[in-house]
Amino acid sequence: MNKKKFAGIFLSLSLLTGIAAGCGAQTGGSAEDTIKIGANLELSGGVASYGQSVSEGLELALEEINKEGIDGKKLQLVKVDNKSEAAEATSGALKLVSQDKVAAVVGAATSTNTLAQVEILAKNKVALITPTGTNPAITNKDGKVNEYAFRTCFIDPFQGTVAANFAADELKAKTAAVYIDSASDYSKGLAAAFKESFTKAGGKIVIEEAYIAKDTDFRATLTRIKSSKPDFVFLPGYYEEVGLIIKQGRELGIDVPFMGGDGWDSPKLAEIAGGDALNNTFITNHYSAGDPDEKIQKFVNAFKAKYKDKSPDAFAALGYDTAYYLADAIKRAGSADPVKIQKALADTKDLALISGKLTLDKNHDPVKSAAILEYKDGQQQFKTNVEPE
Amino acid sequence: MEYIQQLINGISLGSIYALIALGYTMVYGIVKLINFAHGDVFMVGAFVGFYSITVLKLPFFPALILAMTVCALFGMMIERIAYKPLRNATRIAALITAIGVSLFIEYGMIYVRGAQPEAYPGTVLPKETIELFGLSVSSQSLFILGISVLLMILLQFIVHRTKIGKAMRAVSHDAEAAKLMGINVDNTISATFAIGSALAGAAGVIFGVYYIKIEPLMGIIPGLKAFVAAVLGGIGIIPGAMVGGLVLGVIESLVSAMGFSLWRDGVAFIVLILILIFRPSGLFGKNMREKV
Repeated sequence: MNKKKFAGIFLSLSLLTGIAAGCGAQTGGSAEDTIKIGANLELSGGVASYGQSVSEGLELALEEINKEGIDGKKLQLVKVDNKSEAAEATSGALKLVSQDKVAAVVGAATSTNTLAQVEILAKNKVALITPTGTNPAITNKDGKVNEYAFRTCFIDPFQGTVAANFAADELKAKTAAVYIDSASDYSKGLAAAFKESFTKAGGKIVIEEAYIAKDTDFRATLTRIKSSKPDFVFLPGYYEEVGLIIKQGRELGIDVPFMGGDGWDSPKLAEIAGGDALNNTFITNHYSAGDPDEKIQKFVNAFKAKYKDKSPDAFAALGYDTAYYLADAIKRAGSADPVKIQKALADTKDLALISGKLTLDKNHDPVKSAAILEYKDGQQQFKTNVEPE
Repeated sequence: MEYIQQLINGISLGSIYALIALGYTMVYGIVKLINFAHGDVFMVGAFVGFYSITVLKLPFFPALILAMTVCALFGMMIERIAYKPLRNATRIAALITAIGVSLFIEYGMIYVRGAQPEAYPGTVLPKETIELFGLSVSSQSLFILGISVLLMILLQFIVHRTKIGKAMRAVSHDAEAAKLMGINVDNTISATFAIGSALAGAAGVIFGVYYIKIEPLMGIIPGLKAFVAAVLGGIGIIPGAMVGGLVLGVIESLVSAMGFSLWRDGVAFIVLILILIFRPSGLFGKNMREKV
């Protein structure tokens, strides 16, 4: 190769990179018109169904919000898959903050994986909103409010209390068994609140048992529960194990009502347990797609149109609500500055969302109502709404 | 009465361990290799069964046979690719390879289809609860126990009454001498892997039908438990694996029955440690001279 040719190639190459750099600068310019929002969710792994639902709800809402934009800016979602593991959630949060420089983070869908991110985000002064993490410690640990942690859902003690009152008043249960997932903060939180309220209502806890997530054989413990003859079984857990426990429990002849929280809410539950076994079981949840309210039905129809006639579960609804909650805060903050957004999130009052009106109390916990649903032949039926006291 | 019910629970859990342990013990008996990928072949079997029932719309038995066939071929392939080149290497090298193969299958499966669980259709086998004196036994668990016993008898027959079984015993005794006597050692080892993996495949399908939920990492714990069961009965001894599996299942159920359900897995491994300390050759280890 002669020198001239080489120089020519070199020149044209440098010209090209010059143009490319120019382009880069231009897209960089337009990047200022988008606000990046992180989503650190369970897109695969044991509770993937939750993360995927939240993600679908988020996307639908952002699509609607971006039609107008916020002060001419569009919201852009940066997704991270935490594989349903706390360690992955922690490193995902780090990546969102340090590499993507997001304005706020949505996630995770479960309490344990959310708790794994709280400290990192607080240290970097980026607000975290969990759509569905219900453990109280997310927003308030040892009596101290975590300034940068927020949520769109109600907290565990409320769910546990609602379940206990429902068991005592509606189902007339005098004795109850409590069967928890010993590795889940969520499950323990619900159980603690349930025990307190159920005993206060005059009931008696006859047996407390625990399992470890990923177990598949629960017959031995269920046999123990059966011989303690409870009127009611409280089973706060996630759908994978809950499905198997209900199925095996019914096979062993435990025919009393089972009840749990929003962790049951997944179409997989009915597949695993079978529709028959699910009869006479109840859950407390954030909302019901069967609620005749106009706003809810509008959301349900939009969701079905986007996702091939799939009915949105509570996780999808809360993902959707979280996007609106955040968009509202960004609008009021008038800036993509994470610290200003944090302030706006904390000041939210009477924001009308799908899962009810959202007002934050001093712990950053929303004050809103819970729905009670009953399973009939594998389908959720809306029973009643319970207002907070 | 509760304890008899627990005994029944334990036996149905144990017969799954036994079924996986049969394959473990056979491969060890002949090649002296602890095939840690065995639990993952079990997982592959569960998925093959699942897809043949849901996608190909096969009934239970054809699905079972298809899963066994696919797993047999899969097991032979693993042996040819991963273990055969290491046949004259140290045993620790082969062991480490087995762990690598195991991780490869697990995460390969996640790569192919994602990590979310799948639910077996509930209508594959008639499911009835038989009530007897206040005890409930599901027809499925009787069925599983039946299949485990049947496969064990079949295995004993193959090993002791057929030509290939004779070759297996000869290879396990002394591979060099067997070669001198005109036995094709490679084919014999392939056949061992095929039979062992087919058993794991059968266990996978049965597990799916009985426990409904299957996922790519489902082979790890049952695989380890089956290993404990095989060691408990005396690794390399076929009836030992069967008894070891049943004993382990019953121990686990009794531990839960006493209210220590969180200690269940721990106790299984304590059993392993105790056996290795006090009776390293296993419960059936002493009187048997020939290992297959």
